[in-house]
Amino acid sequence: MRHTLDMRVSPYAYVAPFFLLFCAFGLFPLVYTAWVSLHEWTLLSDTQEFVGLGNYSTLLADEYFWNATFNTLSIGVLSTVPQLALAIWLAHLLNRRLRFQTLFRISLLLPNVTSVVAVVVIFSQLFGRDFGLINWMLSWFGVGHIDWAAGTATSHVALSVMIMWRWTGYNALIFLAAMQAVPRELYEAATLDGASNLTQLRRITIPMIRPTIIFVVIVSTIGAMQIIAEPMLFGQSSGGGGGIATGGPDRQFQTLALFVYEQGFANSTFDFGYASAASWLMFVAVVVVAGINFLITRRVKGGLV
Amino acid sequence: MRLRYLTLTAVAFFSAFPLYYSVVVASRHNSALAEVPPPLIPGGNFFANVARVFDTVPFGLALVNSVIVAGSISIAVMFFSTLAGFAFAKLTFRGRNIMLVITVATMMVPAQLGIIPLYMLMVKLEWTGTTYALIVPALVNAFGVFFMTQYLSRALPTELLEAGRVDGCSTWGLFWHVVLPAARPAAAVLGMLTFMSAWNDYFWPLVVLNPDNPTVQVALSTLASGYVNDYVLGLAGTAIGTLPLVAVFALFGKQIIGGIMQGAVKG
Repeated sequence: MRHTLDMRVSPYAYVAPFFLLFCAFGLFPLVYTAWVSLHEWTLLSDTQEFVGLGNYSTLLADEYFWNATFNTLSIGVLSTVPQLALAIWLAHLLNRRLRFQTLFRISLLLPNVTSVVAVVVIFSQLFGRDFGLINWMLSWFGVGHIDWAAGTATSHVALSVMIMWRWTGYNALIFLAAMQAVPRELYEAATLDGASNLTQLRRITIPMIRPTIIFVVIVSTIGAMQIIAEPMLFGQSSGGGGGIATGGPDRQFQTLALFVYEQGFANSTFDFGYASAASWLMFVAVVVVAGINFLITRRVKGGLV
Repeated sequence: MRLRYLTLTAVAFFSAFPLYYSVVVASRHNSALAEVPPPLIPGGNFFANVARVFDTVPFGLALVNSVIVAGSISIAVMFFSTLAGFAFAKLTFRGRNIMLVITVATMMVPAQLGIIPLYMLMVKLEWTGTTYALIVPALVNAFGVFFMTQYLSRALPTELLEAGRVDGCSTWGLFWHVVLPAARPAAAVLGMLTFMSAWNDYFWPLVVLNPDNPTVQVALSTLASGYVNDYVLGLAGTAIGTLPLVAVFALFGKQIIGGIMQGAVKG
């Protein structure tokens, strides 16, 4: 009797910690965000007034919100598209018998082990206007001192470089893992038929690892829509002025997640209701953009490059 | 073939160079940064700069906090993930498949969007400003559960468990005497991955902690946010706060990379 009880109950008890923790600290906050977003709700006030969709209509008329939306999409495209193309190519290069294979892999993943704070501090120095290494090298080609953090386009490029530096190698290894499952004979046959390296990549590799490509595209999209630490730290350490959460003095690189943080935590009003409404719209945007990318990636057949 | 090595070497160089350069800057004096051409080899000022880091922010406390937080999270994640992975991989129960699918699906949930209620929850629990707020929500995660499920269903022979049953082991006894020892290689990789990501976590600690009781990453961001751009100070902090981890990674890189790639294949 005791034995059957053990067999029946134990499995649920063993998986319970994960589900309990997820419900308490993952699911509940996400759902509760919707409830908070319907209220005039600040950190400091004792009472919360129900305002229906009031926060949402204010938000849709808020130009800072739209500015943040634009910045998020711009940085997202600039960092993700070249990154994934580069990652596939690198994985393709590594998918051979190579000397120093482990050494190459370790160096590829090195940036991913570096913390986001370190990445932005290091790159803010490299992208420095007066004494940065990048401007110094550009000066060989007659390019004047670029104030990377100051412009909209240049700051988006700088942030995208940081994001790419940190994530390209990681994604390359994920692609490589999938590529190693592709049967060798396919490549051998293609080589016999005289197919070039690039043709093999397009006609064999990419179609064969499509499930992984879809997976990586979705995960990268979700990640890109939530970018916050990079613009927050770049604003601080590039010394352009502006608050911790404005994304530069002209909000030239404030992302949506940073906008939420500004409204909820960095503003003197601590406007939780408004920030929650922005969170919820952001959630909708994440789902929509991830869905669109899913459909695009699924439809593309073989000709990704 | 030669082009392949050339390209990969160039990529390896670009991956490593910013880290190297951060050490160069961290070991110089601020005035050296204004030189043309910029310095490209380390100078002799590193320890003086590190001393300045400890004078500017509570960096010793930050190191202790980060070790406690990342250490306890790693141990808990290894334990609970192996436990749940054992159930998903080797035990039969109603709803197993759907629960495993849900577990994997939760990895897609953009959890950061719940940050405001999560913070309110921490205020209610009176955990703001304490490391509980970092440790408790991170005690187990979907990736770990999935990772251990994958490993145990592949590497743990069912006959071994049956033999244990015949010998009169309870389910818990099986877990303790058979599963845990068998799970050790994968659990070690999971532990290292967890430690690195917990150590590097920035945004949530920033929201929920105070600057006078920081983790390493929060202390580093304080260093980097002065009115005057003291890059040398920021990069000296970066060097002592993150490079040890990078060094450990370089040592165990082969196993860690194997773990990442295995976790990815079925994803």
